[in-house]
Amino acid sequence: MKVNRETIVCVLIFLLLAMVPAIAALTDVPFYLDLARRMMILAIGALSLNLIMGYGGMISFGHAVFIGIGAYTVGICAEHEIVSGYIQWPLALIISAMFAVVFGAISLRTRGVYFIMITLALAQMMYFLGVSLDRYGGDDGLPLAEPSNFSGLIDLSEKTSLYYLVFGLLIFCLWICQRMVNSRFGMAIQGARSNEERMQAIGFPTFRYKLTAFVIAGAMAGLAGALLANHTDFVNPDMMHWTRSGDLIIMVLLGGMGSLSGPIVGALVFILLEEALSGITEYWQLIFGPFLILVVLFARGGLLGFLEKARELKPSLDRDNG
Amino acid sequence: MIDPVLLFEQLFNGVQYGILLFLLAAGLTLVFGIMDMMNLAHGSLYMVGAYIAATVTLATNSFLIGIFLALPATLLIGVLLEVVILRHLYDRGHLDQVLATFGMILFFNELVRLIWGPAGIEVPLPNILNQSLTLFSIPLPVYRIVVIGVGLLIAAFLYILVVKTRTGMLIRAGASNREMIGALGVDIKVVFTLVFGLGAALAALAGVMAGPIFAATIGMGENILIQVLVVIVIGGIGSIRGAFVGALLIGVIEILGRSFLDDFFKLFLPVNAAETAAPAAASMLIYILMAAVLFFRPQGLFPARSG
Repeated sequence: MKVNRETIVCVLIFLLLAMVPAIAALTDVPFYLDLARRMMILAIGALSLNLIMGYGGMISFGHAVFIGIGAYTVGICAEHEIVSGYIQWPLALIISAMFAVVFGAISLRTRGVYFIMITLALAQMMYFLGVSLDRYGGDDGLPLAEPSNFSGLIDLSEKTSLYYLVFGLLIFCLWICQRMVNSRFGMAIQGARSNEERMQAIGFPTFRYKLTAFVIAGAMAGLAGALLANHTDFVNPDMMHWTRSGDLIIMVLLGGMGSLSGPIVGALVFILLEEALSGITEYWQLIFGPFLILVVLFARGGLLGFLEKARELKPSLDRDNG
Repeated sequence: MIDPVLLFEQLFNGVQYGILLFLLAAGLTLVFGIMDMMNLAHGSLYMVGAYIAATVTLATNSFLIGIFLALPATLLIGVLLEVVILRHLYDRGHLDQVLATFGMILFFNELVRLIWGPAGIEVPLPNILNQSLTLFSIPLPVYRIVVIGVGLLIAAFLYILVVKTRTGMLIRAGASNREMIGALGVDIKVVFTLVFGLGAALAALAGVMAGPIFAATIGMGENILIQVLVVIVIGGIGSIRGAFVGALLIGVIEILGRSFLDDFFKLFLPVNAAETAAPAAASMLIYILMAAVLFFRPQGLFPARSG
């Protein structure tokens, strides 16, 4: 395996994440555990978005909807006293995948700004559906009476166990993404991003490929949703709100689009920024908004790209001088 | 049974809501059409317009002064945004545009919260507008009649501007082929700054007029923005005619759906089920319509850009 900066950064982050429970216990600040777990769950969501956005060029502004659907599946199951995680979690994956089939089939008929607007509108439709579902808490959301029950395997009411489960699943998802991106399927998706007509001309049914990628990403986000429901012990429509989808896009972009582990870096930076800025002022978005604009205008390729560029820049400068 | 007076009243409200949607959609659809630019911050201009008007109205006790200050102020903010930030994004991908304008929304929402506080502002109406006419025993609030009248005037103005004038010709030419019109020696950037300013002023007008109806609140821009996007998708990007038809359609369906869907469901569902399903279905109605339009006509009902 080629060792580059991305791999080093990635390994360092995972080492650090593996130590967080110990650090939280030593310093007696359980909040760190909570923060890192939320960050990893969002990282799974961002990874799945990166799959379609970074590699497939499909800018979905409604990706958080699948996190919400996964979370609601767990919440609604629990409400009807189906607490077995062996039923809840596969169901969360299947239902979010089913919604992804429908939403993908509708939105992938279009491109460009249309695609962005339609994914946004469909997600917002589900948000309003969640708000109007009085049976399941409506606007106030639905508390989770007990965490998903994986009897005999793992006890999720133990917060450190949940932490390491999330940790393991994050690595698993990263591995899946790596396998997919480098497979024939992944190559076809990336080909369709750069020139869809040409891919069709050489015989790839690009719509089917893109839809499949969309559904896989939806299911992965559904998994993040099932985790999030267990993380917060609570499900509410706000998880599907379009600003949550915006957050996911920001994470992917901060880390660098189309780099495998970029979304993990992005999620880390996003959560840390959010914590740091909201510690400075209650009006933290007053700083975060302009920061975002500056990143877009000046740091294309995200933070990992920034690192790589800094290294690439030196030789080219030398060449200019010599 | 559905009460015909109530039906007519809600139809009237739907048209009035559609007019508000149209004012927002008109500016935005031109921005999308000409520059192929995804601007999410259009709703922020609507909010800023509403807040400025509300403040001035409360301070001077005159709704009219509120309007006449809010419009140029928002127009100025819009032009400033275009020149400082948005102009640098035209050649970028849609993703950069989405993110930068998302950043602008966060900024404006927080700024408004900082200046005006988290609570919304109720805008009082002058007495002359705060009464109802009665037509065939149907009460019609004067203010809403005025809103509809203003909206129709603006629609006529925009139609003449886009279809009959030289500026409009440039706008249409820009929408159909941006590079070509640039190559012909037209400074399309100036045209665009003008269009953007006009769009900002129209958004502000919608915000000012929405103030007395919904009150000025933080986040008012995003809620309506999503519906405006649906209008634009249905109408076809870049088309004023599409925006007008789409806006009225969405406005009427949205309002009627919320008022009458439960009655409609009761025709074939048990009362209990109907009352549970109706609010959920009503909130999804316009999106289902959008999906249907896309299925049959992916370019919208009145596509401006052909080929």
